[in-house]
Amino acid sequence: MVCEAWKTQLDTYLDGELSSEQMHAFDAHMRSCASCATETLARLQMKRSIQAAGKRFVPSAEFRRRVRSCIEAKPRRGVAGLGWIIATATLILLAVGLAITSRGRQQVRQEQQLYSELADLHVATLASLSPVDVVSSDRHTVKPWFQGKIPFTFDLPELENSEFSLLGGRVTYLEQTPGAHLIYKLRKHEISVFIFPAGVSRSKKAEPSAVAKNLSFNLESWSQDGLWYCIIGDASRADVHELAGLLKRGAGLPAS
Amino acid sequence: MYVSGTDPRSDTFEELAMPLFDQLYNFAYWLTQNREETEDLVQETYAKALKGFSSFQPGTNFRAWMYRILRNTFLTSRTGLKATMTVSLDAEEGGPALASERETPETVLMERSDWQRVQTAIDDLPVAFREILLLCELEEMSYREIAETLSVPVGTVMSRLSRARRMLAERLRR
Repeated sequence: MVCEAWKTQLDTYLDGELSSEQMHAFDAHMRSCASCATETLARLQMKRSIQAAGKRFVPSAEFRRRVRSCIEAKPRRGVAGLGWIIATATLILLAVGLAITSRGRQQVRQEQQLYSELADLHVATLASLSPVDVVSSDRHTVKPWFQGKIPFTFDLPELENSEFSLLGGRVTYLEQTPGAHLIYKLRKHEISVFIFPAGVSRSKKAEPSAVAKNLSFNLESWSQDGLWYCIIGDASRADVHELAGLLKRGAGLPAS
Repeated sequence: MYVSGTDPRSDTFEELAMPLFDQLYNFAYWLTQNREETEDLVQETYAKALKGFSSFQPGTNFRAWMYRILRNTFLTSRTGLKATMTVSLDAEEGGPALASERETPETVLMERSDWQRVQTAIDDLPVAFREILLLCELEEMSYREIAETLSVPVGTVMSRLSRARRMLAERLRR
């Protein structure tokens, strides 16, 4: 049988458990071997089927309430008093901050909606059987593919010395504005990078904290050279921040 | 600006543990295959974890810690004891994984898109293989995290996982 040595490591490769050098070697082999690429696709399909089939049982609201009532309001390690004071003070500060901010409640809702839409795009794309329209880890392939498809251009970073790899990209839309949706991989995590013209939304400078926490995603956004970038994914906030740094440097802005 | 994430030193048990509630419940149900036992198992897990929270080391893996408590609680339950007594793990240190055969069940799967068949096949796996498959594929734990959860070496995780995949493939091929 051909490629036996590669195939014995296929699952470890798909589990993201090979070293970055081995991963690169595997990626290169996949591009040149139809047999291994086909088997990889089949196993990936199997992984996704198990993921879909595995999410099967949901607790009742009543049971959740019961467990929560057993564990709630039991502060840790005897710092309850101080904790409550800090929490109360934080709430007051938050309330004051909200009151004096120029943004009204409606705008906050718009911001939440914006990030929710991006989260939906992220999830729906990853659930798709063909998440990207241009499949390449080469930024010099992915970037030109967008020519003529979106009304702006952008620069992508060199990833050779990082753990991130580019999987590809697709055209996407937010509030009827076309933009670029890039998907990066970090170990087992797939992370979306959205790039839109800076005017895509009036709420583009919003702090996404509330939405991010509700959706359990980490996200980071910024404006640069007339473009608005937003990264969203289930990787750790440090990983998301690192990718943001790479993109900022790639586009000529010092990472903060 | 980046957001979310937790600093275990400043979080209460509830803030850390409740976000894991749905996934722990789902995992528990896969282990017990019974709603009442699942609820008992999850409730006992949360009670034990709360009691032992002072011994949890901030900065270490809270998720693996919770799963380990759940799993140990399950293993000492009547269903858990019964389930583990019927499984043989003798061959799990038996060398590297073999490449799958040409006739892959994945192909069948893609054609039929029948996820219910996958559920039945996972249900049919002995509990030791069912749990490791779900920890890897559904919970997306790393091998190291699974090793920590199951209290076994990483090498055992790899061989047992490989065997679980082969067993699942065999069941889907039937």
